[in-house]
Parts: sequence; structure tokens; C-alpha cells
Amino acid sequence: MATDTIKQHDAHAHDGHEHHDAGAMKVFGFWIYLMSDLVIFGTLFATFGVLATATAGGPTSQEIFELPFVLVETFLLLISSFTFGLAVLAQNAGDRGAVLKWLAVTFLLGAGFISMEIYEFHHLIAEGAGPDRSAFLSAFFTLVGTHGLHVTFGLIWIAIMFFQISKRGLDSVTMPRMLCLSLFWHFLDIVWICVFSFVYLIGAM
Amino acid sequence: MSDIHTSHDGASHGSYKSYIIGLVLSIVLTLISFGVVMTGSFGIPTMMITVVVTAIIQVLVQLVLFMHLNTKSEGGWNVLSFVFTAGILVLIIGGSLWIMHNIHINMMLG
Repeated sequence: MATDTIKQHDAHAHDGHEHHDAGAMKVFGFWIYLMSDLVIFGTLFATFGVLATATAGGPTSQEIFELPFVLVETFLLLISSFTFGLAVLAQNAGDRGAVLKWLAVTFLLGAGFISMEIYEFHHLIAEGAGPDRSAFLSAFFTLVGTHGLHVTFGLIWIAIMFFQISKRGLDSVTMPRMLCLSLFWHFLDIVWICVFSFVYLIGAM
Repeated sequence: MSDIHTSHDGASHGSYKSYIIGLVLSIVLTLISFGVVMTGSFGIPTMMITVVVTAIIQVLVQLVLFMHLNTKSEGGWNVLSFVFTAGILVLIIGGSLWIMHNIHINMMLG
């Protein structure tokens, strides 16, 4: 009974179904990549956890972390994760204009986040709290910098996606790419939750 | 086209409701987390537990409501690969902290 229905369904929409399957496979493959990326972040968190108190007489985490600044960064990235969700919903509805609009908003929020991070790093290095000062700061710059680098590549990807969708529209090539990018962007926000909790908040105690 | 719109089995589908609930929960959890540390009126253990618990809840909220991780998508392989990775992370992070803490104590490096 159930197989009959599936067969009928397959015969009915064979072409579209196959495309959808290939797209789903691509998204699943991307998910596996994200899991391996998660292991990279895990090792960097482990390194930071071990070296968090190894300040070598230099500045401690309590002295250099400014929580109100980090809170603003957090909200920029959180809201950009939400606006990317709206872009995916617009894609599900087939509304190209709305997809482009929400991609642009996400890009601006992400760019705001990364600008704040560059400012923070510059400020720390200018104050003599650069990555060469202590093991704690090396681990801090590596962990937070790796996340920032991911966000930067995410921004480049969003820009490319914006031009591809405005040129090609929403088709079987661009739509799976959008879904991979959405997973990437949400993933970066999830990693940031761990960064602000385990690096900044616990470091500021 | 209609096939893509109507299917609800992929890892990609959500609704306004799930995104808005996810956003509101994330904002509340973030504010609790920062609030408990920034007010400075709580002890270290209280702050520590609050920050860790809210972080774990917020990660789960975003995994489910933003990334639509559920046991039905991709026949459960999404969840299975995530659980496997989480296990690896527990080994790497927990193991590193544990062994380095022991070395620290046994070497008496202050």
C-alpha cells in the first residue's frame, strides 16, 4: 500500500523529485563538513580552557574583556541569524526580492559584527595585549580569530549568493547553496554562543 | 517546484513561528547570561552554573528552531552525526581539561 503510493508519487514527479534529492544530499554533505568544523572549534576551546589562566604576568581576562561591547556583538550576530532564517522562508515562498533583501540585511549585520571584532583586536594589540603577550592571549586570539575568519568567509559567500540569485533566480542550483549557507551562518551563531559564554562571561568573573 | 514547497522532510524547512520563538528565547537566554555576570551581585558558583546552563539551552534552541535539527530529517543521520561529534567533543575538551588539571596539580606549578 505504502510502496504503491510512493511509486505513484515517483512516477508523477520524477524529475522534480530527483533534483530535490540531489539538493538534499548536498545539504547533508555540508552538514558533515560542519560537524568536522565543530571538532576544530572544540580543539580550540580545549586549548583555551587549558591556557585561560596562563597569563605570564600579563593582562588577565578580567582586565581586558568589556562585556557591554560583547553584548552588542552578540545581538548583531543573533539577529543576523534570524534574518537569514527569513531569507530561507522567502526562498520557500519563491519570493526572490525578499530573499535578496534579507540577504542584504544579514550581510550588513554580519559586517557590523566583524567590524566590532576587528576594532576589539586592534584595541587589544595597541594596548600591548596582543597574541604574543601570553599563552592565554595566543589561545584567545586563535579561538576568536578563527570564528571571525569563518564569519568573514560567510560574508563573502553571502555576497556571491546575492549576485547569483539576482542573476539566475531561485533554481535547483542556487536553492541548495542557500540552504548550505543558512546552515553555515546559523552554525557560526551557535559557536558564538559558546565563545561569549565560555570565553568572555566566564573569563570576566 | 510544488514538490519542494510542500515537502516537510528536509533539514531546511521552518516557519515564521519557529524563527520568532527561537529569536525570543535566544534574546532572553542571552540577557539572563550577561545579566547575571554584569550585575556583579551573585557568587561565582551561581554565575558559573547560570552561564553554562543558559549556553547549553540556547545551543539546543538554535539547533532545533534555526537549523531544524530533528530525528526525521535525512532519516536521522543529521542527528546521529551530531551526537557522534558531540561525543568526540566531550572526549577532546573534557579529556584535555582533566589531564592538564592533573598535571598542573602534580607538577605544583603554583
